[in-house]
Amino acid sequence: MTIGEVATLIEGEIVCGAEFQDRNVGRIIASDLMSDVLTIRDTEDLLLISGLSNLQSIRTCEMSDIQMLLVVRDKAITDEMKELAEENDMIILKTAFPLYKTCGILYGAGISPIY
Amino acid sequence: MDFIYHVEGGDFTNAGSTSSEVKRMLKKLGVSPEIVKRTVVALYEAEVNIVAHAYRGDISVNLDSDKIHIVLADEGPGIPNVDWAMQKGNSTASPKVREMGFGAGMGLPNIKNNSDELNIQTEVGKGTTIDFVNYFNK
Repeated sequence: MTIGEVATLIEGEIVCGAEFQDRNVGRIIASDLMSDVLTIRDTEDLLLISGLSNLQSIRTCEMSDIQMLLVVRDKAITDEMKELAEENDMIILKTAFPLYKTCGILYGAGISPIY
Repeated sequence: MDFIYHVEGGDFTNAGSTSSEVKRMLKKLGVSPEIVKRTVVALYEAEVNIVAHAYRGDISVNLDSDKIHIVLADEGPGIPNVDWAMQKGNSTASPKVREMGFGAGMGLPNIKNNSDELNIQTEVGKGTTIDFVNYFNK
């Protein structure tokens, strides 16, 4: 499934990186704990879903080579976050849905968890 | 090649900017993506540790043809028990640090997992020095 199709399923909005909406979402991790995310070795085709929306969530993606981020619960995404994400060719989505509902929809749609 | 960067304690806005710069440098030099990732994950965890726990610190990066050697020396409270701090889940981080997505006691073990050589020296009331090396052809 592409990240653009994910956006449709979770009634989300593409905040930045719309040119990357054809990227394949192979697996998902949902976490607010960035140290946990930083332990993942293989991050290819990985989507991070998080309720954490700050510069460190973008930095964590940068260091981990994660290029797709979905922010839940309609958290604000600042211009600084967008700028850093764009520098790293990331696509960021946001949804008003909470974490549990978001994960449920995407798990039901057949996207595998990372573990 | 040697580079020195300064880090201020509590400055979460810029936390990770050194790691970001080192990542760009290693990619430009053509270092393998796997080594780049291991190096910047270890460096980022250690850089965030300075911001989260120390008053200030300096990061020195030495690039050689076969390895990268990074030393992060901070002025701060030091670590009273390194063995305890090296165990997953042990942390003294403040609520503010936890709000930023860190402080779950994973940082030091993650630095160890992502470095080829690691040395930690610390003195309570003075500060901590984390010194690690990653080889490019390992």
